[in-house]
Amino acid sequence: MLLYILRRLLYVLPVALAVSLVCFLLVHIAPGDPLISVLPPDASQQLQEEMRKVYGFDRPLPVQFGIWIGRAVQGDLGSSIATGRTVASEVGRAVGNTFILAVAATLLGFVLGALFGFVAGYFRDSWIDKAATTLAIAGVSLPHYWLGMVLVIVFSVWLGVLPAVGAGPGGSTDWAWDWAHIRHLILPAVTMSVIPMGIVTRTIRALVGDILSQEFVDALRAKGLTDGGVFLHVVKNAAPTALAVMGVQLGYLLGGSILIETVFSWPGTGFLLNAAIFQRDLPLLQGTILVLALFFVGLNLAVDVVQTALDPRIKRG
Amino acid sequence: MSAPAAALTPVAAPAARGYWANVGRRLTRDPVSMACLGVLALILLAAVFAPYLGLADPYRGSMIRRLRPIGTEGYPLGTDELGRDMLSRLIHGGRLSLLIGILPVINAFVIGSLLGILAGYVGGRVNMAIMRTIDVFFAFPSVLLAIAISGALGAGIVNSLVSLTVVFVPPITRVAESVTTGVRNLDFVDAARASGAGALTVMRVHILGNVLGPIFVYATSLISVSMILASGLSFLGLGTKPPEPEWGLMLNTLRTAIYVNPWVAALPGAMIFAVSICFNLLSDGLRSAMDVRR
Repeated sequence: MLLYILRRLLYVLPVALAVSLVCFLLVHIAPGDPLISVLPPDASQQLQEEMRKVYGFDRPLPVQFGIWIGRAVQGDLGSSIATGRTVASEVGRAVGNTFILAVAATLLGFVLGALFGFVAGYFRDSWIDKAATTLAIAGVSLPHYWLGMVLVIVFSVWLGVLPAVGAGPGGSTDWAWDWAHIRHLILPAVTMSVIPMGIVTRTIRALVGDILSQEFVDALRAKGLTDGGVFLHVVKNAAPTALAVMGVQLGYLLGGSILIETVFSWPGTGFLLNAAIFQRDLPLLQGTILVLALFFVGLNLAVDVVQTALDPRIKRG
Repeated sequence: MSAPAAALTPVAAPAARGYWANVGRRLTRDPVSMACLGVLALILLAAVFAPYLGLADPYRGSMIRRLRPIGTEGYPLGTDELGRDMLSRLIHGGRLSLLIGILPVINAFVIGSLLGILAGYVGGRVNMAIMRTIDVFFAFPSVLLAIAISGALGAGIVNSLVSLTVVFVPPITRVAESVTTGVRNLDFVDAARASGAGALTVMRVHILGNVLGPIFVYATSLISVSMILASGLSFLGLGTKPPEPEWGLMLNTLRTAIYVNPWVAALPGAMIFAVSICFNLLSDGLRSAMDVRR
């Protein structure tokens, strides 16, 4: 097992390096001079040259990449052009809020999806299966930013029971586990949970169908096991794949939270990205994307390792 | 005529149909797929012929007619925050929304199929080089990748098309590669090669015909996501620019109106949802129609 983890780690390293390269190049595919947002429009030729030296843009690209990655591994992602604070501290503050939102949404989506998936898989072709499948398709087809607006219309504008924007009372951006903060979490988390709900429902429904058609289930029934006992076996067989899907979904939500965070003004990484894009704050954009992408790579690695550890049928090749 | 005699009357053998004719027949017998196809055709035709439908000018606003509710005289779906006719803007909006949603998948289908078939057919180092490069893009969550490229390139329709194409090329390449590798190892390909067919002939005649179908079905399943993402980019202000009618952008500019006229504000999203769910259901229908085991 240890050997397997080591081998997977060795495979992840070049991927992580390539991901960093893509993030590094983002600044260079951007139109115009990367200095454009720092310098006044009437900056003299001489000042431009000097600033170019200060930022290191006069060196060849591979050298720039080497320097950039060398700093990045030490946690130095440069500083935000708009606020002057370091990118690392900006991302650090936002990442926690995104994490809370994404974990809440993943858990909610997984619980609902697992419930619908198991029921639909068990009672295939019944009305309850059709209802669950329809719900799942609706879940993956919904433009979730629109669902967020609709939920705000219903629960904030009409019923007035839940807040429409922000992560805490009075625009507070620091999370706390009290009702005043949790109220703000409900609408964005429910909105976000719709996607994993749909995907988990579809996956588990197919899994349960597959498992129930295998011979060992007949054998279990033949030896006189009750339905409840058979169900436990089905759960045990479905669990590793289901958990893997949940892990990957968490990664997608962490990286893809920008639309939801924009709708609900949730002070997380998506909100930060939005600000970075419209202020042309390229170091902030680059740093935030790098952190989120590396987190996704790490999460995928963790999912692979956990799934292999849980499921003896997967070869540790 | 007695019953046994009727049973003995020779019946003409059913004409042999091709595989695709069978798929088409099965698809037309699926009521859900046909309903979705109908809805999509209606929206598409309305969008294409929007200028000839006698609708109000989608750009002409009026300060005194802002945010009229649904059902107002002369404005069946109300007016938006600048007093422009919603019905006209929703129908005209389909032009851009469908274009920026579907075009990236078509681009990615062409590029991804080329790369994937090449990787699968040639194998070896070419395969390694293509597939490992593709792996890097799988290391990004799709929304993040789209935002990253669009955000760096800046707002604009072309930039949003480029970023979404980059998002969809890797999954299509992966599917194309695995399908091609599977077909390449089948006996009939060996037989063709043994009977003297050149690499290009084998690829054109024996591989393409067997590979494009599954890749196409997979690509259709991406259109729904592409529609949501493309309008999402516009919603963020990264795609279409005002005053162009586009569903995602309309949703964004109407956001402030949810306190005044919530139903009108929610309309563009309902259009995105309708198109996206129809493409999803149609793609599911196509997949089961192509499943020969049934």
